[in-house]
Formats: sequence, structure tokens, C-alpha cells
Amino acid sequence: MNCGSDKVIYMDNNATTRIAPEVLDAMMPFLNDCYGNPSSMHTFGGQVGRAVEEARGKIAELIGADPQEIVFTSCGTESDSTAILSALQTFPEQRHVVTTRVEHPAVKNLCESLNQLTGHKHRTTRLMVEADGTLDLTKYQDALTEDTAIVSVMWANNETGVIFPAEEMAAMAKERGILFHTDAVQAVGKIPINMKENQIDFLSLSGHKLHAPKGVGVLYVRKGTPFVPFLNGGHQEQGRRGGTENVASIVALGRACQLAGEKMEEENTRVRGLRDKLEQGLLKSIPKSMLNGHPTDRLPNTTNVSFEYVEGEAILLHMNQYNIAASSGSACTSGSLEPSHVLRAMGVPFTAAHGSIRFSLSIYNTEQEVDFVLEKMPAIIANLRQMSPFWKENQ
Amino acid sequence: MWEYTDKVQQHFLNPHNVGELENASGTGDVGSLSCGDALKLTIKVDDNGIITDAKFKTFGCASAIASSSVLTEIVKGMSIDEAAKLTNEDIAEALGGLPKEKMHCSVMGREALEAAIADYRGVILPMAEGEVVCECFGVTDLEIIRAIKESDLRSVEEITNFTKAGGGCGKCEDRLREILQQTVEGIAAEKIKPLKVQRMTTLQKIKKIENVLEREIKPTLKKDGGDIELVDVDGDFVTVSLRGACSGCQSSQTTLKEYVERKLREQVVDTLIVEEDK
Repeated sequence: MNCGSDKVIYMDNNATTRIAPEVLDAMMPFLNDCYGNPSSMHTFGGQVGRAVEEARGKIAELIGADPQEIVFTSCGTESDSTAILSALQTFPEQRHVVTTRVEHPAVKNLCESLNQLTGHKHRTTRLMVEADGTLDLTKYQDALTEDTAIVSVMWANNETGVIFPAEEMAAMAKERGILFHTDAVQAVGKIPINMKENQIDFLSLSGHKLHAPKGVGVLYVRKGTPFVPFLNGGHQEQGRRGGTENVASIVALGRACQLAGEKMEEENTRVRGLRDKLEQGLLKSIPKSMLNGHPTDRLPNTTNVSFEYVEGEAILLHMNQYNIAASSGSACTSGSLEPSHVLRAMGVPFTAAHGSIRFSLSIYNTEQEVDFVLEKMPAIIANLRQMSPFWKENQ
Repeated sequence: MWEYTDKVQQHFLNPHNVGELENASGTGDVGSLSCGDALKLTIKVDDNGIITDAKFKTFGCASAIASSSVLTEIVKGMSIDEAAKLTNEDIAEALGGLPKEKMHCSVMGREALEAAIADYRGVILPMAEGEVVCECFGVTDLEIIRAIKESDLRSVEEITNFTKAGGGCGKCEDRLREILQQTVEGIAAEKIKPLKVQRMTTLQKIKKIENVLEREIKPTLKKDGGDIELVDVDGDFVTVSLRGACSGCQSSQTTLKEYVERKLREQVVDTLIVEEDK
């Protein structure tokens, strides 16, 4: 099957990323020649085990962790569930969870279903965000109680790229003896993270967001943090996660983390520059367009722009005609009938929420691609606006 | 990604009859910005009752635009009586089918046509009556029953696909199941009587609120360098966000309660509660 990746202008990297060629090279032997089980006694398997440990080391290095603090999982969602449910089992008497309104569904839906899951024993505080998508730390402080078992707050938002002060928030939680988890799947690899300099207990990351394959994730568990496994079974991961290791993907993730470390500066200079050019170009050339999210406290690769009075799915499909791939927070693309919960929590008016487009770049994007998008977007929006019944009156 | 037919793609990428007829014989205006899709259909009817021209303006996704476009093509040349018999299934069929989650787009087409015909005939549509079942999208029991009967719906999910009812907060799911059961059993007509004939749908409420905001409240606030945006309407709770000089203003709470809420209560419904989005 050929999907035409050579032709697409891919600006949907917060959804998933391409596997870096170097990463693919690194993982291939483990899908072919090196098929041994890392737990085996023989050399044939043992050497595979060493590759897993090497990968663990590379991942630990990217986020300033000790290799022993890295637990491999199948995805970001598994990491999130493991952390939150572990904390609740560790502190069965504490029945309060603090999170935000803008979490990824992996955390949001888990926290919202906790109440039912545990027979109405748990309650969840979901912190509101400001209009620019940032959090008010005073409100956060007030939400922490004696009864709070864990705080789960994302490091960076997948839709707007807005960065939360996870380290500061973790310190505030720790002061009161509360465990702190952060879903950092969008942050890892894009901004520097050093676990030695903060007090975060659990951190989730996902392979396919940083140029490794889908189906592999990591839960960072700080040394000394009480832990209850999510998947019980074999002794893999020192008994913290049963199941034979997804060796090829783990090796790939190790290589991807190494690359992310090498490319960190490029991500925060060249990619940021491309993002800024795209964002400023769109806002300048298209009237009634606005940025969703804080202008600076943001991932270097993400911009979320609303084009008022037009609908996101229609915009995306027109972009699709030019092979430009991005995402929208509109109702029609959210899989429900309501626009994105993130934009609604920020109080983005309906006129704009339905017409929001998220562009998320990577090191593989070029300036020519940005120029091409900037060339095509004004006409796409103008075309849809001239058939919108709301446009004329509001010009 | 939705699986759209070629016909949907064609009508979406190159829609026919975009615009608004001047001196239209009938206008149908349905949906709203907050719901995510809206359609304004204008038709021209000659002395023999034949629709000679139709134009549309649509805010919405690909299938909403395609449904509107194909609708204008279908009705041109039809007599008003023929057009009045058109169903949403006819619209979907003309497009070679729509994904099931998108059937409500064809329903919106039919609703706009009905509204335009009613406007031409100078009658008021009965659909505004009935009990509002889905507060999020302002869908009444009568509309739901009609969709169940016309499109032979057999599950709550299908009701949502066709009418949007239940697609928001989901609080009305039990009620939808009940209506479905009663309708399917063929006794709905007797059992479901509208509760209050003139109860406003959420949609109508939103429109009225938006109107008052635009016409009276915004201009007043703007004089002091402030502004206001409607964020959400949930039953009687109206969430607004204060902008400009209003945000962070010491007396903003007083403005909200003493001025905004009072105005909205006077002009929309006297049970409204205005809250600031924080």
C-alpha cells in the first residue's frame, strides 16, 4: 500500500509523527534477525535484553531520569491510567483527584469515570483555564485538599500547545504530600525536561509523538514513589508491568529520544521560526482570524488559529485538496456534535471554535511548505465565507 | 476521516447556487452558529406555483454544504406541492448517500425547505411546538418522532445521527429511548402530548439572547470600553465572558447581574441566570 507520504504537507504532528529514518533503521533488526525474548537465558535472547536496556538509558537521558525510573508501556493512555489508578490504590482513603478541563481524553475520560468506576467513592475537581488556555495557580492551590490522592495535569496541551507550569505545580502538591502525575506526551522531545530538577512523581510519554512507532509508551516513576502495577503478569519491568516487551518499538523509542535530544535546539529555533511565520502570516492575511492559546507559553511547533464564521471540517477538506494535513477542533471533526472541550473551556466563542485549525509542525517541515500553506489558506477561507450565512453581516 | 461519496465531494468542492435571492418568494433560515451548522435557503416561486430558482448560504461541514447544494438543484423546476413532499432521504439519496453520523445535514436541508415553503405560503411551522427533549440542540419530541417514523430509526444512536438529539451532554438519552419505544409501538401519537405549547427551544433562546446582546448590551458596554461574548446556554444558565475593560473591572459582577441579567430576563425568559465564565 502506498499512502503518498512524499507528497503530503504534514502539519499534524501532534496527532502522530513519521518514524524517523534513523529510528526505522535501528528497529528493523528486531523485527527480523533479532527475535529473541529479552528474558531468555541464552545469548540469542540476552543480547536483545541488552538492546532494551540501552534504549531505557537513552530515554532516561532525554528527560534527566535514572534508567530504573523508566517503565515501558504500550501507549500514553496506558501510562496515564497506570499512574492515576496506582495512586488511588496506594491511598485508598483519599478519594479526591485534581485535574483540568483541558486534559487529553486519556486522562479526562478516566477521571470523569472514576466516580462510577469506584462506586461513587471518588470525586474529581477539574480546573478551569483562562481565556488564553493557562491555569490560575491560586485556584489550583485552593483545589488541593487533605483528601486529594493525586493531581494529574498535562505538561503541554495537544490542541493549543499551551504549556502548564508542571514543575511548580508538582512542588505545590508535594508540599501537601500529594502525588503528582503529568501527561507529557506532547512536551517530551519538544521542550527540555529534567526530572532531576523537579518533584514530579509520574510522567507519561508516547513513542509515536516523537518519531518512534505507535504502540509504545513510557511511564516514568520516580524512585521511592509507591507503585501498584496496572498489568500484572510476568516479572518484566521489574514486576511493574507484565507482558513481553515490544522490543523493536522500545529500541526505536530509545533511538528517537536520542535524536530528539540532538534536535532539541532545531525544534526550538528553526521549527519555532516556521511556526511563527505560519501563524503570523495567517493572522495577517486572513481577516477575523485569531490565535487560540497563550502567545508565548507554548510548544514551539503548535499553532491553533480560528477563522470565524466558517466550519473546520470544510476548511480541512479544502486543505486536503492541496494535500495539506492538519486538524480541527470543530464539532464535525471531534467525533461528537460539540466543538473541542479545550476551546470551550477557554471560552472561545462558538463563532470561532467551530472554525479552529491546529497546525503542528516537526523538524521535517520546510519553509517552502509553510509558504505554500500561506498561499492557499486565504482563498480557502474566503471561498467558504462567501457561502456562510453569517459572514456578510459580521464583516 | 469521513467516507464521502464522489457526489458529496463534487457538491462540496463546487457547490451550485450559492448566494441569496433578492426579492425571494420564501426564505428558510435554520440552524445556528452555536450548533455548528446553519442554512439559509431562498426560493423564487412563479405564478403557477413552480420554484424557478433557489439559492443557499450554508455554515457547516462538507455534507452540510453538499446537502444544501443538491437541495437547490432538486427543487428547481418543482411545484411547491411537490417540493413540500421532499424528505431528507431524498436529499441523501441524491448525494449517493451520507455517512450515518451526517444524516442530520440532510434533515437540515429538509427543514430549511419546509421553512421556506411555509414562509412563501405565509404559515407558521408547527415544529416550533412540542416538548424540548434535547436541550443542547433544541430538538423537540415532535421532530424526533417524525424522524423515527420517516427514516425508520431503531436506536438512540440513529436518532442522534439524524436529529442531533442526544449528541451533546447526553442527558436526554433515557427520554430518547422512551420516545423511540413508544413511537415504534405505534402509540406515540396518543401518549406523547406536548407539555407546553409555547415553550422556547434552546435554539430560539440562544438566538434571542444573541439578539439582545448585539442590539442593546454590547453597544452599552462598548461605551465604557468593555465587551461581552456569549459562551454557552445550558437550560436557564447563560454563560458569558466579559471582555475589554469589563474583564477585571471591580463592578463587573454588578454589571452582570444588575444590567445583563435584568435585560435578558426582560426580553428573553424571566428565569435566566447569567454567569461569568471563569
